Amino acid sequence: MSPSNPHKMPSLIGKKGAEIFHEVLLEQGVEVMFGFPGGMVLPIFDVLYSSPIKFFLTRHEQGATHMADGYARVTGRPGVVLVTSGPGATNIVTGLANAYMDSIPMVAFTGQVKTALIGNDAFQEADMTGITRPITKHNFMVKRVEDLGRIMREAFHIATTGRPGPVLIDLPADVSMSKIDTEPDLTVDLPGYKPRTAGHIRQIKMAAEAINASTRPVLYVGGGVIIAGASDALRAVAAKGKLPVTTTMMGLGTVDESDPLALQMLGMHGAAAANYAVQECDCLIAVGARFDDRVTGNVATFAPKAKIIHIDIDPASISKNVEVDIPVVGDAKDILSRMLEFIEPRDRSPWLAQLAEWKKKYAFRYDASGNIKPQEVIATLGEMTNHDAIIATGVGQHQMWACQYYGWRRPRQMISSGGLGTMGFGCPAAIGAQVGAPGKTVIDIDGDGSFSMTMVEVITAVQYKLPVKFVVLDNGYLGMVRQWQELFYGHRYSAVTHPCPKFDMIAEGFGAKGICIKDRSELRDAVDATLKHEGPVVLAVEVEPEENVFPMVAAGKSLHEMLMGTLA
Amino acid sequence: MNEMKHVISALVQNEPGVLAHVAGMFAARGFNIDSLVVGRTEDPGQSRMTIVVIGDNRVLEQVRKQLGKIVTVVKVRDFADVDFVERDLMLIRIHSAPEKRSEIVQLVGLFRGRVVDVARTSVVVELSGTEEKLEAFIDLARPYGIRELARTGVIAMQRGEQKKQAAGEEE
Repeated sequence: MSPSNPHKMPSLIGKKGAEIFHEVLLEQGVEVMFGFPGGMVLPIFDVLYSSPIKFFLTRHEQGATHMADGYARVTGRPGVVLVTSGPGATNIVTGLANAYMDSIPMVAFTGQVKTALIGNDAFQEADMTGITRPITKHNFMVKRVEDLGRIMREAFHIATTGRPGPVLIDLPADVSMSKIDTEPDLTVDLPGYKPRTAGHIRQIKMAAEAINASTRPVLYVGGGVIIAGASDALRAVAAKGKLPVTTTMMGLGTVDESDPLALQMLGMHGAAAANYAVQECDCLIAVGARFDDRVTGNVATFAPKAKIIHIDIDPASISKNVEVDIPVVGDAKDILSRMLEFIEPRDRSPWLAQLAEWKKKYAFRYDASGNIKPQEVIATLGEMTNHDAIIATGVGQHQMWACQYYGWRRPRQMISSGGLGTMGFGCPAAIGAQVGAPGKTVIDIDGDGSFSMTMVEVITAVQYKLPVKFVVLDNGYLGMVRQWQELFYGHRYSAVTHPCPKFDMIAEGFGAKGICIKDRSELRDAVDATLKHEGPVVLAVEVEPEENVFPMVAAGKSLHEMLMGTLA
Repeated sequence: MNEMKHVISALVQNEPGVLAHVAGMFAARGFNIDSLVVGRTEDPGQSRMTIVVIGDNRVLEQVRKQLGKIVTVVKVRDFADVDFVERDLMLIRIHSAPEKRSEIVQLVGLFRGRVVDVARTSVVVELSGTEEKLEAFIDLARPYGIRELARTGVIAMQRGEQKKQAAGEEE
């Protein structure tokens, strides 16, 4: 974290585990934590009673993890979670898996029963290192108080370096309570952990030569570029080489979508121009992206004409799904900055003209008549926030429309569950984002299904006076599932309807402001009132119930075989 | 691509959970383990895992990289392009009526094995070598009746002088 941190580690002799825990958090620059107390973490909460670290009490532990996740995405610093053992710990599993899939730095502390009771099926005991091994970058159980400080340093180091990810520390109650009588060795000792950061110059030159030799290049950019803080370097490379850029959902904001080189998102619900560009390009430069199946469609026919360059910090991502011609392993910022000098300006006007034509012909659009359209709510939000708000989303149709219609301008602006596709992510993630960006407008664009899963965290926003705006696109359906049932299961709607509660009244009950609209004429005023209100607001918008997300690449199809639906 | 056996050796930190982590990774990613051996090394802080995995070259590469990602895995190498020695150790209890015993002992001698226990109607044979050699012996022992069989799985080591950073080695 902050290398010039002012907190100096004092002598730890005579300190209890809980105090050592606190000292190391301060040393690591931790300012906020999210979580929920319980029996096995009482000694730790006692230390937090008088701590400068601000603790956010959530309604549910899952919410704590998503808040820590949203905080990390906005700030680039690790999100820290503290929960108790057993059910408190198992409730964070979804949040850890979510952070793992999206490479989000997080350190989660779970209480554990006393070491002497471990394995005895004690009250509120769960094997957390066993449960979370496949969904964390690494995990630890601290068995001796002497190891606590070193393990915490190792956890923060692992979580924040290389390809970041969540790390879990399981902390038995007796370790938190016992005192240390000799100065512990806090030196990080990880002989098996050496993430490669500097790219190989030979590979960088080879990649640049391939780019220079191409006539139809496309940059395919993922969340790794944002994590690496490489957006400026990427924009410089794109501008110098006149390289058009498409991003994954995780990569939205790396380029300003108002830039003529920007092709918007690619993939299953990506822009047609972006998908055609990938299928027609002769050189595909993947940066910090991992060829996810939602991006590639049918892998066998993905980018069939292209030489593929892959820049990624994780060697295991190279040639995992798609055979790569030129791999460059390392930090995207290092690699792109050094690649810039080898990129030669080329006249690529025929290719750019072709892309401009596709962009115009297949632009995202909707029919603004009848009921309020979900797309127009998002477009209105984009316009009325000057495309500058931080947007969190749940998962489903509303998420895809947010990707398509908000109009992304900068990195760390889009907070959404990519790899795991976690419904319910939006509400708590937006709250965590607001904690990380206090002065900014933060909006959760949510669906009625996703919001219903975690909306109880609105109370948390009220409690801590976090002015998050929750905009719920209420179509009365689990819309994305309904869309699949409509298109691929003959309109047999199975378990996708639910009676939506009055979200505005729930908001009022929670102590937030609630607004509900259903008519187009109310939209702008309602958005304006929402944005102007000083506290948290839930704006429920009753939208067209059976609107579909297009374009759509159906499962198993190639990227260019899109269903265009209403865009045709 | 052709599926074949690959021998991979991983130096791991001697910590609880390492074996579960490695085995879990193989299961979660659908890699096919033929055998997995864990044993101590000269360094008490580290153990060596020798894993025989079945798959094509792409699978092998993924296995190597995914192993390398595990924090407690210190070093990974595969023996795809190097000359190496491999050994598998077997204990096998073979049914042996008294009149067949000398025949079996002779067979064991041909394979350079040892009879380590003799009972009234059975013998226990110790035999080590490559997997192929062990398989061949098992085939020949089958007609007598195999009562029990235990194998360690393969361990391996490169022949000759070890270069500082051999091909296919990742830290």
